Amino acid sequence: MIRTALIAFTTTVAVTAIAQIAPGERRSGAEFMSPSTQAMQKDDTSNPGMLAALEGETLWNAPAGNEGKSCASCHGPADKSMKGVAARYPAIHQSTSMPVDLQGRINLCRSDNQKASPLRFESRELLALTTYVALQSRGMPVSPPDDARLDPFRNQGETLWRQRFGQLNFSCAQCHDDNWGKRLGSAPIPQAHPNGYPIYRLEWQGMGSLQRRLRNCMAGVRAEPFGFGSDEFIALELYLMSRAAGMPMETPGVRP
Amino acid sequence: MAQEFIVDGDRISAPLTSQPGDAVRGRAIVVDRQKGLCLLCHTGPFAEQKFQGNLAPDLSGVGSRLDSGQLRLRLVDSLKINPQSIMPSYYRADGLHRVGTNWRGKTILSAQDIEDVIAMLASLSEADAGGVQK
Ligand code: HEC
Ligand code: HEC
Ligand code: HEC
Repeated sequence: MIRTALIAFTTTVAVTAIAQIAPGERRSGAEFMSPSTQAMQKDDTSNPGMLAALEGETLWNAPAGNEGKSCASCHGPADKSMKGVAARYPAIHQSTSMPVDLQGRINLCRSDNQKASPLRFESRELLALTTYVALQSRGMPVSPPDDARLDPFRNQGETLWRQRFGQLNFSCAQCHDDNWGKRLGSAPIPQAHPNGYPIYRLEWQGMGSLQRRLRNCMAGVRAEPFGFGSDEFIALELYLMSRAAGMPMETPGVRP
Repeated sequence: MAQEFIVDGDRISAPLTSQPGDAVRGRAIVVDRQKGLCLLCHTGPFAEQKFQGNLAPDLSGVGSRLDSGQLRLRLVDSLKINPQSIMPSYYRADGLHRVGTNWRGKTILSAQDIEDVIAMLASLSEADAGGVQK
C-alpha cells in the first residue's frame, strides 16, 4: 500500500521538483519585507548601505599598493566605467578563463594592478568598494553574460541548488523555489535573488556579501558552509544571477 | 548513532525504547525551536507559541488521524513515507551530505525524545484540540 503511494508521489513530485519560478512570479527580496524596512531601503538618506557606498567612493579615489595607483587612476569616474558591471558578474576572467565574481574581480585589481594585498572577505573595505561599484548598476537589469564558457559553472551551481545538505537535509530549491512566500517560523521565505547585494542587514548591524548570506542559509540547515571565495559559491552566484536575469539591481539592499 | 528499527508498511510498530514516552517532555521538545524545530514548519494547538510556520499541516488532532506506529515512522524518517518530504528525518545520521561538524554522526532527536514526542502527538485528539497542557 505504501509502495503504490510512493510511486504516485514520485511521478507527481518529479514535476514540481524541477519547477522554476515563472518570470512573471519573480519577486525581489525587498517585497517580502515590512513597509518600514522597504522605506529604509528606498530612501538614500535612511539606507545605511549608502554609508558603505560613500566609503567605497573614498577608497575608489585613494592610491594604494606599490604602484601608488587608485582605482580611479585607471578606471576614471566610476559612474561611467563601472556602469552595468555588477549586473553582469560573475564573468570569465580573461587570463585564467575561470569565472570570478565582483569581489574577486576587485581583489584581482588590488593584487595585479595596484600591487596591493587583497582585501579580506567581509572586510569593511572590500564590502565598501563592492557596494560602490554595484551601486553604479542600480536600476539596470541583471544581465548574465552570454558566454558558453560559463555554462559548466552555472550548471554546477544549479546542481548545488538542488542538492540536499546538512543534518536537516534541505536543498536551496526546496525553500526558495517550492516554498517561497510561506513562513519558516517567523521568517518569510524569499526567492533568493542576488540583485540587492552587498546588503545592510539589521540583524548583522552591518554590511554583508551574498556569500555571507549563503553561509547563513547553509548553517541554518546544519550544513558545513562552503568557504568564502570557493568555486561552489561562485557557481551558486552564477546560477542565482541567471535565475534573476532581467530583474533590476537594487544594491545596496536593506534586510531585517 | 541510531539503533536498528523495523518498518512494517507505513509504521514502525515497536517503540524505540523500553521506557514509555512522556507527553509533557514531548510537548517541550515540540515547541523548542532549537531542538524539535516542529513549529518552524507546523502550526498546532500551542496557543502561547508565536510565529508558527506554515510549511506543513496543522498538528491539531493528529493523534486521531495517525496511530503511534505511523507517527513513529513519520518522525524517524519521513522520507520513507514521501521521498520529496521537507520534514527532516529525526532519527537518521547517515546518508546525509555536508553535515556541519557540530552535528555530524548525530540524530536530530534521541530515541527517548522521539518516544516522548509520539506520546504528546498521540494525545492530540480531534475531540480535544487543546492537546497536553503544561
Ligand atoms: C530552510 C529553508 C532555507 C534553505 C534550505 C535555504 N534558505 Fe536561503 N533563505 C531562507 C530564508 C528564511 C531567508 C530570508 C532570511 C531571513 O529573513 O532570515 C533566506 C535568504 C536567502 C537569500 C537572500 C535573499 C534576499 O533577498 O536577500 C539568498 C540569496 C538565499 N537565501 C540563498 C540560498 C541558497 C543558495 C541556499 C542553498 C545553499 C539556501 N538559500 C537555502 C531559507 C532557506
Ligand atoms: C593599473 C590599472 C588598474 C587599477 C589601479 C585598477 N584596475 Fe580594475 N581593471 C584594470 C584593467 C586593465 C581591467 C580589465 C582587465 C580584464 O579585462 O581582465 C580592470 C577591470 C576591472 C573590473 C571589471 C570590469 C569589467 O568590465 O568587467 C572591475 C570591477 C575593476 N577593475 C575594479 C577595480 C577597482 C575597484 C580598483 C581599485 C581597488 C581597480 N579596479 C584598480 C585596471 C586597473
Ligand atoms: C522543515 C519542515 C518540517 C519540520 C521542521 C517538521 N515537519 Fe512535520 N511535516 C512537514 C511536512 C511538509 C509534512 C507533510 C507531509 C510531507 O510533506 O511529508 C509534515 C507532516 C507531519 C506529520 C503528519 C501530519 C498528518 O496530518 O499526516 C506529523 C505528525 C508531523 N509532521 C510531526 C512533526 C513533528 C512532531 C515535528 C518536530 C519534531 C515536525 N513534524 C517537524 C514538515 C516539517
